[in-house]
Amino acid sequence: MAVSPLSTADVFFAMLRRDMRVARREAPFFLLRTAMQPLLLMIIFGYLLPKIGMLRGNYTATLLPGVLAMSLALSAVQSVALPMVAQFGFSKEIEDRLLAPIPSHLVALELVVAGTIQGVLAGLFVLPCGRLIMGPIPGLELSNFGQILGIMILGGAAFSALGLFIGCAINAQQIGLMFSSIISPMIFFGCTYYPWSSLDRVPFMKWAVLINPLVYVAEGMRGALTPTAPHMDLFVVSVALSVLLLIFWQLGRQAFLKRAIG
Amino acid sequence: MLWPTRYRASYIFAMPAVIETRALRKVYPAPPSRRAQPRGGPQFAPPAPRHTPVGARVSGGIAALDSLDLSVRQGEFFGLLGPNGAGKTTTIGILTTRVRATSGDAIVAGANVRTEDVAVRRRIGVVPQRPNPDRGLNVIENLLFHGAYFGLSRALAEQRAMALLDQFDITDKAYAKVDDLSGGQQQRLMIARALLHEPNVIFLDEPTVGLDPQARHALWDLLRQLHADGRTIVMTTHYMEEADELCDRLAIIDHGKLLACDTPAKLKAQAPGQTLIDLTLSGDVAPAVERCRAVPGVTAVDATGVVLRAYSERGSEAIPALIHACEDAGCRVENINLSKPSLETLFISLTGRKLD
Ligand SMILES: Nc1ncnc2c1ncn2[C@@H]1O[C@H](COP(=O)(O)OP(=O)(O)OP(=O)(O)O)[C@@H](O)[C@H]1O
Ligand SMILES: [Mg+2]
Repeated sequence: MAVSPLSTADVFFAMLRRDMRVARREAPFFLLRTAMQPLLLMIIFGYLLPKIGMLRGNYTATLLPGVLAMSLALSAVQSVALPMVAQFGFSKEIEDRLLAPIPSHLVALELVVAGTIQGVLAGLFVLPCGRLIMGPIPGLELSNFGQILGIMILGGAAFSALGLFIGCAINAQQIGLMFSSIISPMIFFGCTYYPWSSLDRVPFMKWAVLINPLVYVAEGMRGALTPTAPHMDLFVVSVALSVLLLIFWQLGRQAFLKRAIG
Repeated sequence: MLWPTRYRASYIFAMPAVIETRALRKVYPAPPSRRAQPRGGPQFAPPAPRHTPVGARVSGGIAALDSLDLSVRQGEFFGLLGPNGAGKTTTIGILTTRVRATSGDAIVAGANVRTEDVAVRRRIGVVPQRPNPDRGLNVIENLLFHGAYFGLSRALAEQRAMALLDQFDITDKAYAKVDDLSGGQQQRLMIARALLHEPNVIFLDEPTVGLDPQARHALWDLLRQLHADGRTIVMTTHYMEEADELCDRLAIIDHGKLLACDTPAKLKAQAPGQTLIDLTLSGDVAPAVERCRAVPGVTAVDATGVVLRAYSERGSEAIPALIHACEDAGCRVENINLSKPSLETLFISLTGRKLD
């Protein structure tokens, strides 16, 4: 027969190509949705406030990695969670992929991979924007690009796995609630606007925020981008993100399979 | 193959079975109980759901399928008939690996739907009850990516996609967004997609709903052609005419149970011998029912809403007397409908319900 022998990897990459095609088509809206907030933050806190003298010193060095982490996390979560809510909830368009000859958990894995790629791309988009908006950033190092990318991939994967869980476990009516009750606090307590070590003065906070996955991405970005500024040890960050990734993947996979097979 | 010998021995066919189910049972979790809703204050009666669940309530949920045994032979055109909520979509869901049976087993195209789901999916094509095209992609991409999921080379997928679009008369929409297609065009796209990888077994869940007569007949021709090519086809439908016309064998199910399974001709022969006369009345129906029972040659009378149903042993001869009886009871007869013994009357006598 004319059908070539079919390997699971072929199916997996066909699905990945599908997600990339859709993402490319929606890139302007996607960037507007996920990069707008970080860009505005950088304009206000990294450009305007220092310019009019309300913020002093090298705050931009603290802000850039935090904002980068935030856009990475936001886009990774959203690029998986929002389609899942729609596709399982009403459009059912995921069914074509669930009927493809591939184990269903690999469909879930593919979604997480696609979400990770989109998160990393959003981060890579925001980085030069930040440099443009905020001007030269003291202590910014791009030489350890491997570390930067490594943290981005780990963080993006953890957050898109979280997006898989949220998108499959939550029903469509609650999606707005989820963003205001989970994602917003996560951003504000995520060490995006301040380094973790500065929480020394509020010891309770310092330990409480450690359950927040965004803390590790922000601190990891600090360690990779501005290594001279205070930051968490990159090894600790990597271990924490890996553990979170595993937990979120388990939760997300189970929630996905529950929706996928009735 | 997987069955105990005792079981296998009860199925002896000329052709090998390509689908075989044994004691399939599916219990869906019960919907949240009404009592869970907030109390206090005046309560409005909840609006009646369009389809009230008809599956039997069992402890822990609703039994959508109750020990269903089916066997479909290679190359057969098999129809599943049943009223709303009978369990047709659930049956197809289990056979296409999308729904996990609570108990029982099913073999499709030589693979077990529970343990070898990937092998099953490789060999089947599925047309869902409600179109579910990939809305991130345009029409032709829907087909091309589907081809890629099934390992077709780009060139082959393109060639087949163009041929199918042409066959379904949506070539001019090849680069349109799927949201720009009409409902019927989307349905045709779904059928084209299910055929793209040339599956051996094709499942269609009410494929002709929403198609205009021309498209419906075109689809019938296509299905006949696929059937002639030796594909196995499993189709659910609400149209008796369609089932009669196309299917080699029909299963009538209701409440998740198999009520009858045979060729359309043999099923028709089982239909009750009476002619069914439907009278649409205006006025109070109850007294008319009483009077109609007394009409000679009428064996049974019942009514739903304004429609009175009388079963006549003497065909249409009873009509004048029935009209008289109704008028005597103070009703006007608005409409009369006569059904000869048919699949339809068999269906009504088996399920107590009409299709649609
Ligand atoms: N996901 C589900 N959760 C709970 N109950 C369900 C679910 N799907 C179906 N049911 C119930 O199972 C029964 C059979 O449903 P099914 O969809 O198989 O019927 P059907 O024969 O396809 O009906 P229709 O002609 O309306 O399409 C119904 O009582 C339905 O309410
Ligand atoms: Mg159905």
